[in-house]
Amino acid sequence: MNGQFMLQYAPMYIHAAGLTLRIATVGVLLSLALGAVCSLIRYYKVPVLYHFVGAYIQFARNTPLLVQLFFLYFGLPRIGIRLSSESCAIIGLSFLGAAYMAESFRSGLEAVDLSQKEGGACVGLSTGQNMRYVIFPQALATAIPAVCANVIFLIKETSVLSAVALADLMYVAKDLIGMYYKTDEALVMLVISYLGLLLPISLVFSLIERRLRYAGFGDRSTAQG
Amino acid sequence: MQDSGIAVLLRGRNLARLLEGLGTTMRISLAAIALSVLIGMILGMLMTAKNPIIRAFCRLWLETIRIVPQLVLLFVCYFGLAKGFNIQISSEAATLLAFTFWGAGEMGDLVRGALTSIPCHQRESGAAIGLSKLHIYLHVLIPQTLRRLIPQSINLATRMIKTTSLAMLIGVVEVLKVGQQIIDASRYDSPSAAIWIYALIFLLYFLVCWPVSALAGVLEKRWQ
Repeated sequence: MNGQFMLQYAPMYIHAAGLTLRIATVGVLLSLALGAVCSLIRYYKVPVLYHFVGAYIQFARNTPLLVQLFFLYFGLPRIGIRLSSESCAIIGLSFLGAAYMAESFRSGLEAVDLSQKEGGACVGLSTGQNMRYVIFPQALATAIPAVCANVIFLIKETSVLSAVALADLMYVAKDLIGMYYKTDEALVMLVISYLGLLLPISLVFSLIERRLRYAGFGDRSTAQG
Repeated sequence: MQDSGIAVLLRGRNLARLLEGLGTTMRISLAAIALSVLIGMILGMLMTAKNPIIRAFCRLWLETIRIVPQLVLLFVCYFGLAKGFNIQISSEAATLLAFTFWGAGEMGDLVRGALTSIPCHQRESGAAIGLSKLHIYLHVLIPQTLRRLIPQSINLATRMIKTTSLAMLIGVVEVLKVGQQIIDASRYDSPSAAIWIYALIFLLYFLVCWPVSALAGVLEKRWQ
């Protein structure tokens, strides 16, 4: 183990960690937004779109990210659609992430008791108001553990993005192994980088989950949480 | 004269080779899944143990696989072991090792979750009627745990099948790598092959994983 080598190349890792974090943030935010839209379409059973979104969710959840990325990066240029590795990475990550988020939101929405929805309608709330003030806050509390798990899953999945030439942490490590044959140092620094990136996030999430209070209204038992 | 890319699939043994590649994918994933289930069961029971050292060990295992991406685990098993400890293993063995380590940890957590979800009076009643520790597990806890556990572990299995696609990055010739080889071999006579090959691989993975995860969904609903 060569400490000096590790110090010398630490800035490369820090730079790459920044890129990883940036791509992950954009990917997670897009996944959350798209996932929310998809889950609402599934929840309200919007005609036509309902089946379309259902097929998309099954498709995205049952294929590996690596295959999705290769299709975007190596397949699409053959029919004239050229994407940079960064946009490929973001599209791929959001394509995958939105399907996972949609499932988490949907199970949250479905966990809200029907009497809540009916009660909201009874006191004269419109569909939008009902969702915003009654259903959504309760659904969110149920969905948060799954959503947090998805966020960590997506950040970890970014390591795959190096396969489409995105210069993230994984890519830097592969580069150093290839150039200097410093396998130990490169891998140790790689693991440390992911620890530094994910440990704080994971700790914050477990704190959130512990502080979370389930609003156990309706017929649902209040025993959980 | 360029022919359309889809014809590449039907040329020579290309389709058969892709399916053979899928076979390799399945072989590795099934072996990793089987090992993970076995080790995960033991790990899950250990996680419920009172001994702080055993708990700390399990916790460390779990947090490691939660935080370190699978691809990094693969690299550590393949390159790290060879360089750091002079343990030279084939890329397939490294894949199996990395995925078993990961899968066993995840499986252990599922087992722990299922075990702790069973009310403690079940265990106590078992002890009260004089069952031994082994018999409490065998006749009381495990049958109840399985119902909760099976759908979740089927989901884990599909995740493991999907994640084996990463094995190509350390040189395992599985379905994705075979696809790349076919694309490279026909680069000049049919450059548009890439999109068809990748679309087919997409479909193959979907056809393998979708029925399995659908089964998990059905079981989950039925055993609720």
